[in-house]
Amino acid sequence: MAEAFKFELVSPARLVLSEEVAQVMVPGAEGDFTMLKGHSPFMTTVRPGVLEATSPAGKVIKIFVRGGFADASPAGLTILAEQAIPVEELKADVIAKEIKDAEEDVSDAKTAEGKRVAQEKLDQLKAVFAAAATSH
Amino acid sequence: MPSLKDLRNRIASVKATQKITKAMQMVAAAKLRRAQQAAEAARPFAERMNAVLANLAGAFEGRPDAPVLLAGNGRTDVQLLVVCTAERGLCGAFNSSIARLARDHANRLIGEGKTVKILCVGRKGADALRRQFADKIIEVIEFKGVKQLGYAHADGVGKKVLAMFEAGEFDVATLFYSQFKSVISQIPTVQQIVPAEIPADAKQAAASGAVYDCEPSEEEILADLLPRNVSTQIFRALLENAASEQGSRMSAMDNATRNAGEMIKKLTTTYNRSRQAMITKELIEIISGAEAV
Repeated sequence: MAEAFKFELVSPARLVLSEEVAQVMVPGAEGDFTMLKGHSPFMTTVRPGVLEATSPAGKVIKIFVRGGFADASPAGLTILAEQAIPVEELKADVIAKEIKDAEEDVSDAKTAEGKRVAQEKLDQLKAVFAAAATSH
Repeated sequence: MPSLKDLRNRIASVKATQKITKAMQMVAAAKLRRAQQAAEAARPFAERMNAVLANLAGAFEGRPDAPVLLAGNGRTDVQLLVVCTAERGLCGAFNSSIARLARDHANRLIGEGKTVKILCVGRKGADALRRQFADKIIEVIEFKGVKQLGYAHADGVGKKVLAMFEAGEFDVATLFYSQFKSVISQIPTVQQIVPAEIPADAKQAAASGAVYDCEPSEEEILADLLPRNVSTQIFRALLENAASEQGSRMSAMDNATRNAGEMIKKLTTTYNRSRQAMITKELIEIISGAEAV
């Protein structure tokens, strides 16, 4: 089993998670990556997706995150997410609201670039929720 | 000398007022606990945000290609004041002290020949500033009927501020709010949000940190992070404000309740005295009447 390190997931409203974990799989903007202890200092943006933290005992915690940053330092991994919801709490109405918001963003976007980015986000969201729906 | 009936009425009305202030105090105390928890829960995010920002900003120190949200656009001519206050009054000096701070700041800037624009978040601040700066207030955002402030609310304000910045409507933005220290102490605070101001302690911590690998590039991360930072700082200010408001209201209402209690005591003494005086007077009249016979 891998060595444990400090993992913190912070959303604007609260400190969602702060504990020792063995590994964390993060949906990075440029592809998913898995963090283990002793990763070199590294920073990336996070795309909407499901993050999986594995505790040293092997328990897996799944959390949906949207918009934010992952900051890996020698002290541990910190993720700043605009929104973080444990997958178990991801109910149909929450999903519907998220998708509606994203759709509004698409229609509100003024520039072609903005529209493309918003559409990309919407597609990512839909894919994530489709995956979450089948997994439980 | 007021009549007995007048005194009785006054005592009754002060008692009714005392009941109201007491109730308000208790409501404020209950709300304060929740608001305080929310404010404290939001602190880690803002702190980490500062740390990350300091880390990245260090790399751009003094570089001409630094993002405008970090380095500013080189001008300070048009100043935007974002004044966050409460929606309701009866909370002591809370609203007026923030408004005073903003007013002093605005007057100083005007004295320096700068253009001032004011964005009010919360009705009370707008009311207080309207007298002097009616033509400077560009918008009032009200959160009336909002039970629990969410990040989405702050994000809305943040997006508005950023849209204005992109449209070149201001050069520097400062945020006014009240920092929550304790129930009896709330500190009106000024904080610059555009260009981003990095606290000295976060800067120091960053200077000793290791060099980061970034993915995508540092520029792209900063471009994403800086707008978020504006919203985060506003969110924090709103939560601190919410806690301060309740704390301030609680102590104001506590004072009011105590004052009402004192007043009731005084009025009751006067009432009893004049009642006794009346009885004595009647007795004297009876006795002297009887003696005269």
